[in-house]
Amino acid sequence: MPIFSYLAYPAAGAKETLLGDLRRLKYCEVMPADNEDLLILVTDTPDEAAEALLQQKIKKLSSLQSLSMAFGHADLQTDHVKKG
Amino acid sequence: MEITRRSFIKSAAVNSAVAAAAMLFPGISFGAAKDGDLESGKIQWKKTPCRFCGTGCGLLVGVSGNRAVAVKGDPNSPVNKGLCCVKGYHSIQALYGKDRLQKAQVRQNGKLVDVPLKDALDLVAQKLKETVEKHGKNSVSIYGSGQWTIPDGYAASKLFKGCIGTNNVEANARLCMASAVTGFATSFGLDEPMGCYDDIDHADVFVTWGNNMAEMHPVLFSRMLANRKRKTHVKIIDFATRLTRTSQAADKSIIFKPQTDLAVANAVCYEIIRNNWVNTGFVNSHVSFHKGLAEIGYGTKDHFEFQDKPETVDFEKFKAFLQDYTPEKVEKISGVPAKDIKYLAALYGDPDKKVTSFWCMGMNQHTRGTWINNLVYNIHLLTGKISSPGNSPFSLTGQPSACGTVREVGTLTNRLPHGVVMNEADRKHAAEIWQVPVANIDPKPTYHTVEMFRALDRGDIRFMWIQVTNPMVTMPNLKRYRDGALKEDRFIVVSDVYPTPTTDVADVILPAAMWIEREGFYGNSERRTQHFEQIVPPPGEAMCDTWQLIEVARRLGFEKQFPWPRETYIGEIWNEYSKFHNSPKHRMASYQVLKERSGVQWPFVDGKETKWRYNPKYDPAAAKDKDFDFYGCPDNKAWIWLRPYEPAAESPDTEYPFWLNTGRVIEHWHTGSMTRRIPILHSAVPSAYVELHPDDAEALGVVNGDKVKITSRRGSIVMTASINGRGMPPRGMVFVPFFDENYLINEVTLDAFCPISKQPDYKKCAVKLERVS
Ligand code: SF4
Repeated sequence: MPIFSYLAYPAAGAKETLLGDLRRLKYCEVMPADNEDLLILVTDTPDEAAEALLQQKIKKLSSLQSLSMAFGHADLQTDHVKKG
Repeated sequence: MEITRRSFIKSAAVNSAVAAAAMLFPGISFGAAKDGDLESGKIQWKKTPCRFCGTGCGLLVGVSGNRAVAVKGDPNSPVNKGLCCVKGYHSIQALYGKDRLQKAQVRQNGKLVDVPLKDALDLVAQKLKETVEKHGKNSVSIYGSGQWTIPDGYAASKLFKGCIGTNNVEANARLCMASAVTGFATSFGLDEPMGCYDDIDHADVFVTWGNNMAEMHPVLFSRMLANRKRKTHVKIIDFATRLTRTSQAADKSIIFKPQTDLAVANAVCYEIIRNNWVNTGFVNSHVSFHKGLAEIGYGTKDHFEFQDKPETVDFEKFKAFLQDYTPEKVEKISGVPAKDIKYLAALYGDPDKKVTSFWCMGMNQHTRGTWINNLVYNIHLLTGKISSPGNSPFSLTGQPSACGTVREVGTLTNRLPHGVVMNEADRKHAAEIWQVPVANIDPKPTYHTVEMFRALDRGDIRFMWIQVTNPMVTMPNLKRYRDGALKEDRFIVVSDVYPTPTTDVADVILPAAMWIEREGFYGNSERRTQHFEQIVPPPGEAMCDTWQLIEVARRLGFEKQFPWPRETYIGEIWNEYSKFHNSPKHRMASYQVLKERSGVQWPFVDGKETKWRYNPKYDPAAAKDKDFDFYGCPDNKAWIWLRPYEPAAESPDTEYPFWLNTGRVIEHWHTGSMTRRIPILHSAVPSAYVELHPDDAEALGVVNGDKVKITSRRGSIVMTASINGRGMPPRGMVFVPFFDENYLINEVTLDAFCPISKQPDYKKCAVKLERVS
């Protein structure tokens, strides 16, 4: 159950458009900042395949300038951390 | 339950994003962001300091059943006021890595095999005893950490110094804070900062000396940004050897050549005097001038010894000494334009500006670490900008309890919980509290950390117990010390929470309870002691480090010194330890008070914390009839030191033309043994890399992602190139973070150290680069 949160920076003048674009996407919750050009995006997808698909859709949004991850929970494997 | 857990995680995700946004945009508000389920009462919230850095943020950990499920910043903690960084928010996930050590292991026929913990503790005690009998008490040692809790360090010191009778007690804080300690000791006669984090809210100017606070102390950095946002005249000056995220946020970035901070600091003093910006009243009343030896060496050879010979001088001698450090002369040494040096001096010299200087590893991991600490104090002392709100030379710590455990408990070879082993009165005091014969405490210090590992290699030390640290990643000139640890007839015990390169060399591994799986205390950078209770149970047979020490001490026959019952031992240790600091200069809060509050700053006298030391308005130990009272030094003054610029132990040359600088990234804690098991932090920065300047990369024919071989006189390593990444070194320097055990950059670094503090310099050695096809 991948859950991620991001800081989403809108393209110039596109905060409201980005808010609408993200709200229309499944698995997305969005919170706009009251006093800055910034949104918080939380994605909550059922599995990694849905997560990958969502990522592709988000990346295509022209109203989005950039995303910066703040938190992630994905039950990822880190067994390879220890070498040998 | 699944739905509940999911909503907890989601709320944590929101909180984390809000915190990240607040760091970048102080004052940002999200009307829609609420704590949601986290406030629903379904989980219990318990306070604790963060497990990771020396900032010492207060956290609230949400517990459901026996599991920690959520984290938020503790709004009652004056350190972070509810904010956290990405490591803090994800910290509880470090408890639940799949390969947590849950059972003791003993090496049999070359292989580590699981054994009952009791048997492993028996073996540790037996080997310790046998080694002392066969090779003498100075053949056994303990090596701990600034991540030891206060009771861990206290029990270790009492067992080794008080009971066994060896001063072979060291901690990895020698590698990160020792120069800060000797800097304080030589300038003020007492360790630890005079100021506190509230300085951040009062200062007009911040100068970060070789300190990438945006990544290493992000919550404090965000307090700085918030101050600048509130008061538009506030300036942040980044004085560094490479461009970092701190540079991006600073108002001005000044880049100097490695090691030449010594010359620049002297040039700033030169300018302050030349422009009559000296606070003469302050200097006449509160400052004396001193000179030490020059050309003091670098400690690269075994058995290196150094003793400074301080000589009292006067202001005129100081002024004459500074003639070698005009801004124009120093521009040639440092590469810093004279106008930038004058600008820095003007900021410090302006009587209407409150200035706070911050530093951490850049100044401490320095072969003249003590000196550069002294020199920054010189600037603040000349201008009288010290010990008052916003005027603060502030040495930050890296680890959560480098101050609390290593510096205050004194887990270094020369130290005791109060004072030093060389002082008879201090030994008597310790022996009385510890209930041991005073003759047990050896008056002679033995080995500092680098020399302790050299002694292990030579065979002078045969037994080493390592707790809460990973020296087989962090020791400079690593190969020598790993080979030494693996030699025949060496016995290595490692207490830790995950397998590491250090457990790889262990003969016995003791699984340790981590952080909130046991009760403890940390002490942060601003003299704040923080208690945490046991919040969740440890896995398997994992046991608290303090209790491991008590178990072994009792097996060695020291029941009288370690009598406490398991239900109450942490509180009882605190009560005993507090006896060492029972004066207005360092009195600590009671166990009960610490349990109730989100940290308490010492000196804690008559129910009041001390925010600014040496200032009688705040400090109960300062004489009330003075405006300042620097009571640590014998002359009741703060000491300005004449300390020259001297070059690094190893500088680039034609064969090895690049500087190698090493350090950290925000996502990972030290050697990554915990944060690399937190999936999101691991995936954010999965492996180490080498940062190059784009022009150097082009000259070498290297593009982003290429492999580069870094070679020094000690070893080599092949890593992936990062160009125009989060940091950018100047031409002629490369930077490598050390968090990744798959890329042991310390096989390349040099084990040169500051002769006074004995702290190694991880920021400067010479390397060559080759593109690997
Ligand atoms: S700044 Fe340091 S203490 Fe605060 S949350 Fe981050 S790692 Fe923890």
